[in-house]
Amino acid sequence: MPAFKTLPLKIQAMMVSILILIAALGVWELSITANSGSSGELTEYERLTGGGAPKAGVPPPSKVFVKAWEQLSNPFYDAGPNDKGIGIQLGYSIYRVLTGYFLAAAIAIPLGFLIGMSPLMYKALDPFIQILKPISPLAWMPLALFVIQDSQASAIFVIFICSIWPMLINTAFGVAGVRKDWVNVARTHELSPIKTAFLVILPAAAPTILTGMRISIGIAWLVIVAAEMLVGGTGIGYYVWNEWNNLDLTSVIFSILMIGLVGMALDAVFAFAQRAVAFNE
Amino acid sequence: MSNGFLSIEALAKRFPAQNGEGEPLTVFENVNFRIERGEFVCIVGHSGCGKSTIMNVLAGLDEATEGVVIMNGKEVKGPSLDRGVVFQNYSLLPWLSALRNVTFAVEARNRAWTKEQVRAHSYKYLELVGLTGGAEHRKPAQLSGGMRQRVSIARAFAIQPELLLLDEPFGALDALTRGTIQDELLKIWQGTDQTVFMITHDVDEAIYLADRVLLMTNGPYARVAESVEVGIPRPRARDEIVEHPNYYKVRNHLVHFLARRSKEMAGREHATPTGRPETVSFDDPEKERPAPPQAALYAITR
Ligand SMILES: Nc1ncnc2c1ncn2[C@@H]1O[C@H](COP(=O)(O)OP(=O)(O)OP(=O)(O)O)[C@@H](O)[C@H]1O
Ligand SMILES: [Mg+2]
Repeated sequence: MPAFKTLPLKIQAMMVSILILIAALGVWELSITANSGSSGELTEYERLTGGGAPKAGVPPPSKVFVKAWEQLSNPFYDAGPNDKGIGIQLGYSIYRVLTGYFLAAAIAIPLGFLIGMSPLMYKALDPFIQILKPISPLAWMPLALFVIQDSQASAIFVIFICSIWPMLINTAFGVAGVRKDWVNVARTHELSPIKTAFLVILPAAAPTILTGMRISIGIAWLVIVAAEMLVGGTGIGYYVWNEWNNLDLTSVIFSILMIGLVGMALDAVFAFAQRAVAFNE
Repeated sequence: MSNGFLSIEALAKRFPAQNGEGEPLTVFENVNFRIERGEFVCIVGHSGCGKSTIMNVLAGLDEATEGVVIMNGKEVKGPSLDRGVVFQNYSLLPWLSALRNVTFAVEARNRAWTKEQVRAHSYKYLELVGLTGGAEHRKPAQLSGGMRQRVSIARAFAIQPELLLLDEPFGALDALTRGTIQDELLKIWQGTDQTVFMITHDVDEAIYLADRVLLMTNGPYARVAESVEVGIPRPRARDEIVEHPNYYKVRNHLVHFLARRSKEMAGREHATPTGRPETVSFDDPEKERPAPPQAALYAITR
């Protein structure tokens, strides 16, 4: 195909992506329609999950599309605690993620600044950070539930605790690594500490800080699904779990896709911010 | 004639030995020299002899192990806007435009000024180095090496420091750009009573720019051994100074120093008791041959 090769790489890649998508959906669709006709021995799994009722089977993509259309044409309906639109569920999750995340940022960035500026604090706080950082955020859940006594706030706390480390570490690292020449520029111009922080240190460390913020938002979005499965009530994590209990796999697959899309959107926002503060030396 | 503007007295810099073992490293010791107000002084010496360290001490960015720097009768302690620094790597803030790199410094110097005053003053200096007409809005990464160096020179002059410290400012530039910026530097300097102290590796540059050239011996235990008066009247034209009788005398002297004597005179045992550099002047035939101990060394090299 000589014509294909003359197209810009971007377009070529897009065409290949679409081909892969069509192929994957096609295989998926065909394999399920082929299977659904065969009624044989029930597997042990099918017996356990409801005796192979048609509802329990993996749905074909066409069904998922119909579901998506249904849900997305009315995303904010609210028909009781167990029947809310996908928009409302995602809204709850995003609200929790952003609340926990920005609380973490409000603490991590100033604290990271302090740690980065002071070699003493850097060394003194390092062991604590090293021990606390590898703890799975969900391990905090029982403690949070007990201390806070509120499942909503506990979910937010778990987001807080999981997003604080990358931001704290990157801020400290970025601030400590600001080139000495730039600090000397501030010194020779007798800039006040505040002026130095905002004119020199912050812009110099901003790319590293934003990398930390981007990692954090990614982790927060990963963790919220699991946290909501645990605490229940509302949110996309709860929704997935609830639909699984209803054996509505079409909704499960649809919500998995939505989780991916929202995660991608959150990441894109931070990628944009990252480009905005980047500088060339 | 001495107005005692800047005086460097018994300066030494030592670094503790690695891992606490062995001798501490003495980069230089007993460095003494004076600079008068309005003078243009260059310092030359081999790599690693401690020129940048001396400059950082003068700037107040680094502390000497021994000795003091006195400017206007006051000891230098810490950086100050009275001493502008142009670093070897320009040290522009890469996230600010060229213009902002100058205006932040002008704001720092003149805190009571309005935005308009700051802008006008900054433009004046950017114009002096020929960096207007759109280039001032670009970030340093989008400027050539020569343009970046101009911005940092404009910044240093715009804060109108009493003393300007330049660390190999033209090291990374091609000969043509170098010449242009040297002329711009002289142009700005001549209109003021500012004092310039500049590190260079280029003998011709030193002769073209300086009133006096300080010569440093090799380290460790480096010192400022001689102070060579250039004695060529200003304004100097690049093509005419080579005709001046002093030009080749000074040039030969500097080249000989760098090639031979900086090494031969190195080390503690050659230090003079006063630590003052020997003044070498070619105007006065009497002084053409320096004092006796030096003459002996001349015999070796010539
Ligand atoms: N932190 C340090 N610890 C030990 N030695 C150091 C340290 N910093 C600098 N030195 C030594 O001090 C000496 C002087 O360094 P300096 O940068 O002043 O040299 P320089 O004359 O400016 O050289 P160049 O012409 O290459 O710029 C060098 O020999 C270097 O090894
Ligand atoms: Mg140097």
